[in-house]
Amino acid sequence: MTIKQLLSRINWKGQPKYLHPAYTSTVKRAPQQPLIPLPHTLSELTGPVYGTGDIGPLDHDLSRNAVRNGQPIGERIIVTGRVLDDSGRAVPNALLEVWQANACGRYIHKVDQHDAPLDPNFTGAGRVLTNANGEYQFITIKPGAYPWRNHSNAWRPQHIHFSVFGANIMSRLVTQMYFPGDPLLALDPIYNSIADTEARERMISSYAHDVTQPEWALGYRFDIVLCGSKMTVFE
Amino acid sequence: MITQTPSQTVGPFFYDGLIRPGKPFIPTLVRDGAQGQRILIVGTVLDGDGVPVPDAMLEIWQADANGYHNHPADPNCAKADPNFSGLGRCDTVNEGRFEFQTVKPGRVEGQAPHVNVRVFSRGMLIHANTRMYFGDEAAANADDAVLSLVPLERRDTLIAPLVTTNGLPTYRFNLVLQGQGETVFFTP
Ligand SMILES: [Fe+3]
Repeated sequence: MTIKQLLSRINWKGQPKYLHPAYTSTVKRAPQQPLIPLPHTLSELTGPVYGTGDIGPLDHDLSRNAVRNGQPIGERIIVTGRVLDDSGRAVPNALLEVWQANACGRYIHKVDQHDAPLDPNFTGAGRVLTNANGEYQFITIKPGAYPWRNHSNAWRPQHIHFSVFGANIMSRLVTQMYFPGDPLLALDPIYNSIADTEARERMISSYAHDVTQPEWALGYRFDIVLCGSKMTVFE
Repeated sequence: MITQTPSQTVGPFFYDGLIRPGKPFIPTLVRDGAQGQRILIVGTVLDGDGVPVPDAMLEIWQADANGYHNHPADPNCAKADPNFSGLGRCDTVNEGRFEFQTVKPGRVEGQAPHVNVRVFSRGMLIHANTRMYFGDEAAANADDAVLSLVPLERRDTLIAPLVTTNGLPTYRFNLVLQGQGETVFFTP
């Protein structure tokens, strides 16, 4: 008998398919051939390791990290949560990168043509590492909804994009955080690309009054669960 | 098991969040003093119509020139090259093209030298995961356990030919997301 360390894998029940025609950009970009199951070699069990030297002192505070001549416009919020693996263990030193539209629903990206103002004091980009308990916190401005041309009168619900590097390369995740009670969620083909209700609702943050700071900012909690927990296998 | 957080597309506006901030997310994996053979990996991301995809992002992950990873899961991690990052990231804003400056990886666990490649883009709700092998490693490729899982007629989509040795050795690896010549993708 030998003992091997394996990693838990993506559970497709709660993940999108490549082809989701309601999101029209998938039609020409979705691979059509079956995926080949990849054995877990050292290439998959390893991944980048981050330290605090990779993070600047204001990287976690989007309300201050691009200030030029004043505060950014909009509703200041605190976004906090834990990064866990799918066995429920904290993932320390996970790198989270976020990017988002400003309060008016406009990205700083030069390709964004939405007729809404840029904010000279906001770029909408940040990054942070989780601590030993898997906890992270950002301060930012609540992003606005914005139109896109996927279908007639299409609007993205308010969201913050998250990119996560966990303990190994197989746990790599790019996702979006949504806000509770947003009426646009029901109409959004990207959010609704996840068929499983429990998995889909994992992308909605919750209002957290214990995180809210008096006279200063509302708090939202957004926990992130990655695949790639370690399993010991006897064979 | 707890329900995993689903993947969502990186969208069209990731540039300022994922590309611009710099370290360690650059297309250059090597610093001065890095061991091994410096190489370039170049290519284009193409959609199902053969049209270049200018709003994709690639991440590569690989062993150093001696086959070691700077990660605790690698029993040889203490020997990993301190001047080699292992991770690179590049956008495709220039007509779908990307270029990484790295080293030719060593063999890991008897596998042929390879580079792990992940593609993210607008229109991809979850990233695609593939591997690049080296066209001048025919003998090692023929013995590779992962390549042997790929149908023979599709293996060449994973094997990057050496296109020039004028300057740095350069390997060309085009990524075809869909259709004729579709790149082989693995479970992400
Ligand atoms: Fe967005």
